[in-house]
Amino acid sequence: MITLSAQTVKAEVKPKRLVVVNPDLCVGCMSCMFACARRFPNGGLAKAAIHVRSVGGFERGFTVIVCRACPNPPCAKVCPTGALTPRKGGGVTLNPSKCIGCGMCREACPFGAIQWDTELNKPVICVHCGYCVNYCPHGVLTLEEVRW
Amino acid sequence: MIMLADKACTRVLYVDLSRKTYWVKERPDLFERYLGGTGVAVKLLREEMNLSADPLGPGNVVVFAVGAFTAAYPTASKTVAMFKSPLTGNLGESHAGGRSAVAMKMAGFGAIVIKGESDIPVYLSIHDGKVFFRDASALWGVRSTYTVGRVLRERESWPGLRAIMRIGRAGERLIKYAGVVTETYRHFGRLGLGAVWGSKKLKALVVGGRRAIPVADPRKYRKVYDKIYDKVVKSDSMKKYHDLGTPVNIIPLNKIGALPTRNLTSARFEGAENISGEAIAETMLARRVACSHCPVACIHIAAIREEYPHEKYFYTTKYVSYDYEPLYSLGTMLGISDKEGVLRLIEEVEVEGLDAMSTGVALAWATEAFQRGIITEKETIVKPSWGDWRTYIQMVKYIVEQPNEFYRKLGEGTEEAAKTYGGVEFAMTFGKNEMPGYHAGPATHLGYVIGARHSHLDNAGYSYDQKLIGKEYPPPEKVIDDLMKEEAWRQILSSLVVCFFARKVYTPELVAEGLEALGIKIDAEGLKKLGWEIYAEKYKLKLDMGFDLEKDLKLPRRIFETPSPHGKISEEFMQKALDHFRKRIKELTGK
Repeated sequence: MITLSAQTVKAEVKPKRLVVVNPDLCVGCMSCMFACARRFPNGGLAKAAIHVRSVGGFERGFTVIVCRACPNPPCAKVCPTGALTPRKGGGVTLNPSKCIGCGMCREACPFGAIQWDTELNKPVICVHCGYCVNYCPHGVLTLEEVRW
Repeated sequence: MIMLADKACTRVLYVDLSRKTYWVKERPDLFERYLGGTGVAVKLLREEMNLSADPLGPGNVVVFAVGAFTAAYPTASKTVAMFKSPLTGNLGESHAGGRSAVAMKMAGFGAIVIKGESDIPVYLSIHDGKVFFRDASALWGVRSTYTVGRVLRERESWPGLRAIMRIGRAGERLIKYAGVVTETYRHFGRLGLGAVWGSKKLKALVVGGRRAIPVADPRKYRKVYDKIYDKVVKSDSMKKYHDLGTPVNIIPLNKIGALPTRNLTSARFEGAENISGEAIAETMLARRVACSHCPVACIHIAAIREEYPHEKYFYTTKYVSYDYEPLYSLGTMLGISDKEGVLRLIEEVEVEGLDAMSTGVALAWATEAFQRGIITEKETIVKPSWGDWRTYIQMVKYIVEQPNEFYRKLGEGTEEAAKTYGGVEFAMTFGKNEMPGYHAGPATHLGYVIGARHSHLDNAGYSYDQKLIGKEYPPPEKVIDDLMKEEAWRQILSSLVVCFFARKVYTPELVAEGLEALGIKIDAEGLKKLGWEIYAEKYKLKLDMGFDLEKDLKLPRRIFETPSPHGKISEEFMQKALDHFRKRIKELTGK
């Protein structure tokens, strides 16, 4: 009985994913990027898995680029060393010791959502932890339960 | 024990435009002692420049510097530029935000020193530890700074993590108050950096990159970060910038009679409500934008709906960034009460790459001189009159195109023009720099004239005066002492480099905590002392570049004629104050 109920509880903790709710609300402050990089824990931006840039100049607003947690991620499909493996709930996890930094994953993602750590020459992979959400003052980002 | 965990931030990039070469030196000696920004720039300028150099010759040197807090803490979003000003012939210092500061630090440099002059127009592309000299011949003479930005955006790397600084035609043509535009809406506006670039045939500078900033104490770093972040987004200290932005000042300043109007013939403007932050926000505010690493997003952008000239039902939208100072200089100072008119004038100034404040004050002087018959249509070509923004747009073009001797003089600054044609008593300049937008009382104007860069932001005399309304005014010596104390502390803020708008967040204690997490141990008292040291070094440099404490602390006649919120300003009070300042600055600098 006890084992069964523990299993039930575990099943109810559904995986979450980071969602860009409305990029039109983004002011381009980059606080999310700095937050992501701070997890490692450094200043700067080397390990930011999320990227913000203007869509052709400040006057035209911003776009927010981050892993959308695909259920069948193309980046994992093209990884030649098996460093990227599909994650429960979508997206991928990176095993850095297997990664040779070939950059195939970056090419494969149609959103351009795989950022690159130029210092280590390896991809920066979003783990959908939602730390960045706490630093978005305008409600651009949210962490939600995976529904697919 | 001072030791920055991030070694790369002490790297100085030296670029020689004459020889099209560059080199990099690590300068922990400078960055660990002076934190960065202003403190480091003062030292680098002194090291690299012959102080008697022609500001528009190859001997002038441009220093850009960021600081210990850049890309480490929120609102550390500014870059300090230091150079010899062609407008004043003295020390030039101008700060800008946008993407510039974070981009420079992410490219792996704490400072960039630009020397010499190129034989052909060039732009610099700085990334991956290298400098690429690129031919800018085709960009030279392009009508709009917006276009130059668009072209470079397509051609260059690091989107989102770069700054695109460029000059307009005004800089190319050496207008002495031309600025450098960065990310379209932010500026190294003041004191003529654009003309210095123009003289060096430097059209643009693109810098970008991405790296980590190692910290000394990760746990402490994240704690201090959160403390600062919370203060920035949750406390009231930055509300003014968060909501209506700097234009929130227009109505209150008008109410107290501190809003310079029509060349300061008045300090109240009947049209203030029409061009207020509230009025523009209500119908035209279209977007909010932030500098890198600043959640406040104080950049306010208005949309102007514009019909095609010859086709019905075809429309386009223009986006114009507005702030208090341009609304003052190109609005109230010129008597413009049509908000769309003032925004269109601001846009023209942006297109040409001029400094909004100097341009507005120069046009205000020209209008009064025209009305008094000192100059005529022979000089001005068009007929300037208060409120007529269409004519002012034409005059802005003339300042850049220089169709006659009058506009050539006007392009040298308000004071130069007034010296030639007359009307010095209503040429609103301080140390040859056109005045900022406050007539709040004695401390305001003392602040402009004694400030090392003749900016209201040097020592905030304008704010000092506003706080004193309804209270007894202190004696002149105390006013000077207080302004100098403020200016000394602000050297720390501009060395870190944090935005002055966050000055209430960054108390000496919090700055000390923030520095400790990065590896610099210095307490609040030590910081204040360092502020005085940097202030002294800067003023020494200013004096060595020829600033004369006897002759150059001049106040324009007009400030004594138009009543301020503290009544008419007394000349005797101001002279006493300036005498005290001379004494204090001699003690401070030992000169």
